[in-house]
Amino acid sequence: MAKTLFDKIWDKHVVQKIEDGPSVLYIDKHFIHEVTSPQAFAGIEKRGLKVFRPQQVVATADHNVPTLNQHLPIKDELSRLQVQQLIENCKKHHIELYGLGHPFQGIVHVIGPELGITQPGMTIVCGDSHTSTHGAFGAIAFGIGTSEVEMVFASQCVLQTKPKRMRINIEGELHNGVLSKDIILYIIAKITASGATGYFVEYAGSAIRSLSMESRMTICNMSIEMGARGGMIAPDETTFNYMKGRQFAPGVNQWEEKVAEWKELYTDADAVFDMEININASEIEPMITYGTNPGLGIGINGSIPVTDTIPDEGERKNIIKALQYMGLESGKQLLGMPVQHVFIGSCTNSRIEDLRLVAQLVKGRKKNEHVQVMIVPGSQQVAKQAQAEGLNKIFIEAGFEIRQAGCSACLGMNEDKIPAGEYCISTSNRNFEGRQGAGARTLLASPLTAAAAAITGVVTDVRTLEPVNS
Amino acid sequence: MQALQKINSRFVPIPMENIDTDQIIPARFLKATTRDGFGKNLFRDWRYENNDDTKPKEDFVLNQPQFSGEILVAGKNFGCGSSREHAAWALLDYGFKAVVSSFFADIFKNNALNNGVLPVTVSDEFLAKLFQLGNANTLSIDVEKQTITIDATGEQEVFDINPYKKTCLLNGYDDIDYLINHRSQIEAFEAQLTA
Repeated sequence: MAKTLFDKIWDKHVVQKIEDGPSVLYIDKHFIHEVTSPQAFAGIEKRGLKVFRPQQVVATADHNVPTLNQHLPIKDELSRLQVQQLIENCKKHHIELYGLGHPFQGIVHVIGPELGITQPGMTIVCGDSHTSTHGAFGAIAFGIGTSEVEMVFASQCVLQTKPKRMRINIEGELHNGVLSKDIILYIIAKITASGATGYFVEYAGSAIRSLSMESRMTICNMSIEMGARGGMIAPDETTFNYMKGRQFAPGVNQWEEKVAEWKELYTDADAVFDMEININASEIEPMITYGTNPGLGIGINGSIPVTDTIPDEGERKNIIKALQYMGLESGKQLLGMPVQHVFIGSCTNSRIEDLRLVAQLVKGRKKNEHVQVMIVPGSQQVAKQAQAEGLNKIFIEAGFEIRQAGCSACLGMNEDKIPAGEYCISTSNRNFEGRQGAGARTLLASPLTAAAAAITGVVTDVRTLEPVNS
Repeated sequence: MQALQKINSRFVPIPMENIDTDQIIPARFLKATTRDGFGKNLFRDWRYENNDDTKPKEDFVLNQPQFSGEILVAGKNFGCGSSREHAAWALLDYGFKAVVSSFFADIFKNNALNNGVLPVTVSDEFLAKLFQLGNANTLSIDVEKQTITIDATGEQEVFDINPYKKTCLLNGYDDIDYLINHRSQIEAFEAQLTA
């Protein structure tokens, strides 16, 4: 029978299907971090258990860490204790930890792929909703809660109900200045923040095939923002070329055999999806959000919806409340609006390709004097690479502040926060109320749109930026 | 996990859609390493002025004494966003045993069930009816029968719950017990994977 890519991987990992219930799904790789793991460790210890397959678990510290002076003890006591707890738990249970100071440390969804740990055909989980990122390699990857982290510790399995399958096809060529971040913001704006709930999404079509691995990760990363269980892209030559030679990728002796296996990971021609959506790439403009969920986005030259004309009462109330929080007006454009902060980072857009794009744009320019710009590489390896390529020099000359690897101002948990009432153009994934700090107002956009605003100090269509005189 | 069979209680309405887990429990309160005590920060930034817990916002329902009970009723797409199980812990710690909505985000739904908090999915019409009820009304939820009833009028809806999860909830079983009991089967599966 014809199968989807998702079904091929899922079926291979089902240990048992409980009658009228979920499946026992075997997990190949389990990533953990300091915030959602301590209660799970405590849980198995209370049951007198050891971690069942510690060699299939990889840990890092990313959410609750400072991005300045990482060599010093963490100032905030609760944060220090939480990170210390991770160190102790990993030691006790023989789990590999890439903690602060380790050359592999970084945001969990950046380091897994860049180290070659993330591989096609795998099942991957982490106590973090953006685990969907790893689906870019043709893996089933999804976020789980702490009780489920405990399940994986105890048995290397989770109980999961099989989701429905959706395919989103994007055909054609992207406009200049449109990045994969714009593609995913466009999709979410089209189908809403709950439009894919209950589904696992496969992204396909020529526009997806043409993307780099970094760009594919950005798309899969935000699958959860439309409610999807996860998102995935079939592996191809782009995937194999990215992976070859990485630290934990299969070595030369196994390489050919593995690639042959991975080449079987595609959706059969006559496989059937529960839902299909077709999008023409030329419809997509650089995107920006105006509201307090990632589905409230518009083209950079567009206008905020006129709330009076929204027929659905729930949606209308929602947008009115969002605009009130954001201090924005119904029917108005965002273009030209001043912003006080630019944040370039997070598991969505902090990879070397993102930094290169930003550097290319800001080279020879200076940031606007009224804007604070923070650029946070996703990992120690990205930071090192940026330094080696001379990107840091460009950022410093532009007046950007470069930080050390971590989740930083994406989630208002560590020291990096946006002050109440101020606007931040952010390359991260969520614009929820208070997400970047209590009262902070987030406008989600691509790294290019964020960089353009850093230069001009206002919401800008990157395509209209005057070239630098050389 | 605590077993859950029936709830009969007044309810707290939040007629808002897309309530994300960052609102239920903001990230700055996730620094704890235990599951306890999250209830005091439930809906923290909607509940207090300027993060000051001596200044409750009077217009927020948790600060209005006429609303109380073990059931939270909220708009569609409840629990979207971050996978933080702290959201379920905060609801439970505050005293909620069930959340009623017309639509739940997937990860939240799993997290709630894994903590004995029952997500009850009702129709848009039934939800709208609940929001129109006065604060003195009580609701009855019966897990065995899978029903939710407005006590005053007898209006009732049947809700879906996976039969396996229903058994767990009624008896207080958890998934981890189930998985540990199947370890030998998991080991056999692993052996076949590498064969």
